[in-house]
Amino acid sequence: MCEELLSIIEKNSRIGLNELAVLLGTNESEVLKELETLEKENIICGYHTLIDWEKTSIEKVTALIEVRVTPQRGQGFDKIAQRIYNYPEVKAVYLISGGFDLLVILEEKSLREIANFVSDKLSTLESVLSTGTHFILKKYKDFGTILDKKHEDEREIISP
Amino acid sequence: MTKELSKKITTIKPSGIRKFFDLVSEREDVISLGVGEPDFETPWHIRDEGIYALEKGRTFYTSNAGLKSLRVEISNYIKRTQNINYIPDKEIIVTVGGSEAIDIGIRALVNDGDEVIIPQPSYVSYEPCTIMANAKPVIINLSSENEFKLTPDELEKAITEKTKVLILPYPNNPTGAIMERDDLEKIAAIIKKHDIYVISDEIYSELTYKGKHTSIASIAGMKERTILINGFSKSYAMTGWRLGYACAPDEIIKQMMKIHQFSIMCAPSTSQYAAVEALKNGDEDVKMMRQSYNQRRRFLIDSFKKMNIPCFEPFGAFYVFPCIKEFGLSSEEFATKFLEEQNVAAIPGNAFGESGEGYLRISYAYSLDNLKKAMDRLNKFVADLRNNK
Repeated sequence: MCEELLSIIEKNSRIGLNELAVLLGTNESEVLKELETLEKENIICGYHTLIDWEKTSIEKVTALIEVRVTPQRGQGFDKIAQRIYNYPEVKAVYLISGGFDLLVILEEKSLREIANFVSDKLSTLESVLSTGTHFILKKYKDFGTILDKKHEDEREIISP
Repeated sequence: MTKELSKKITTIKPSGIRKFFDLVSEREDVISLGVGEPDFETPWHIRDEGIYALEKGRTFYTSNAGLKSLRVEISNYIKRTQNINYIPDKEIIVTVGGSEAIDIGIRALVNDGDEVIIPQPSYVSYEPCTIMANAKPVIINLSSENEFKLTPDELEKAITEKTKVLILPYPNNPTGAIMERDDLEKIAAIIKKHDIYVISDEIYSELTYKGKHTSIASIAGMKERTILINGFSKSYAMTGWRLGYACAPDEIIKQMMKIHQFSIMCAPSTSQYAAVEALKNGDEDVKMMRQSYNQRRRFLIDSFKKMNIPCFEPFGAFYVFPCIKEFGLSSEEFATKFLEEQNVAAIPGNAFGESGEGYLRISYAYSLDNLKKAMDRLNKFVADLRNNK
């Protein structure tokens, strides 16, 4: 049940217990038990909503920042990653293979704020060697969802 | 013109679905439960392969039997799913949908007056194709008590000296019924005893929700008398590509090939290139779609239970086949009234044969949201009917 349960709520976290039970062919208490276990094990880390902020009046700027760092003895990249991800404006931090080490996704209200974050907070960290900032101009698809696509059923209404 | 058109053809009734289609198409904002095709688009990697084939200028006829690489993949697929060996060069033909395979399969097997046993409710083309081949359809009316499976008794009773072919349409459209290995073994024993051919239409083989599908051709002594038909429409959501295939003994394929080469030439080449990709790398897509269909299936079964509408639990295809006899309306009356009052289109069961009378075919090739809306309306409709009694 676990894998199927996760794949349903990954797409729709608002779905009710009752409906989950029906879709999975089990009962509510089983689903609840499974959800609680998954939450306790931190496999389910949160329930989010996918929002296309571009369509609202709220200004948001997102940047992908490539960061090269010096790993620290005994702690590798974890310590420096932690120092970065503790900032609430940092939406994601990934350790990356290849030409740089950390990929930081930063969300701010304006370009200036991003510039400030990079120059004042990120670049000044001791182990940061260099940064490269890329601004996102348009989001086409996020978390597996195509943002501008309206689903239209083009099938014939009836077919054998 | 005064000269009469072909009597054989003019006396064939058009599909019962067509009539209902005309009724539905006059209306707006209909919620439909009436389609017989997946709601998923063809997975992108498969479409991409079709586009690539066009870009490369692969726009020519393929061999009559279909691309060699596709026949090899089909052979591998049947081997890994059913453990049956078909030789790509001799025992496989690629057709324009499973429907062409049904037509040429019947035509290759029958002589005038031969009897073709057709269990119903089932897909709408078996009976007319049989008539067009100058053979005689012998209908078995399946029953809900047997969960619309074909039983050995029913089969035995339908067999005469003239019986040539049994059509075996499982997983079934419109009932969603499946036949499992032990069901098939009993049927196979009778088939062998009477020395009959089988056309096994397994187009929904990937869509079963209770273990894996078994082909009757995998039972000992059956391969030599079976035309196994399958295709890409349902499993890979490729209905518009029009691509299917038949696997059968060399001698039968040779005869089917003649009809195919003189009437069709070859299946569309773009579709064939895309289908190679589907068979090579499409397993995950099928798994995803199957899981999704299964959730919707459970949702519908649960809804019917809550509405107190009897419906056996189907384990195949993407249809449920609830019984609406308690309302005292014929299938057509029920479906028409449902359409008029709630703007929901479901197909009257009798479109798939007389034994479908008293049932509705409800397709779950729709999003859950769509199904929820439709079930809300059905609930209202059924409550009204019950209150007015």
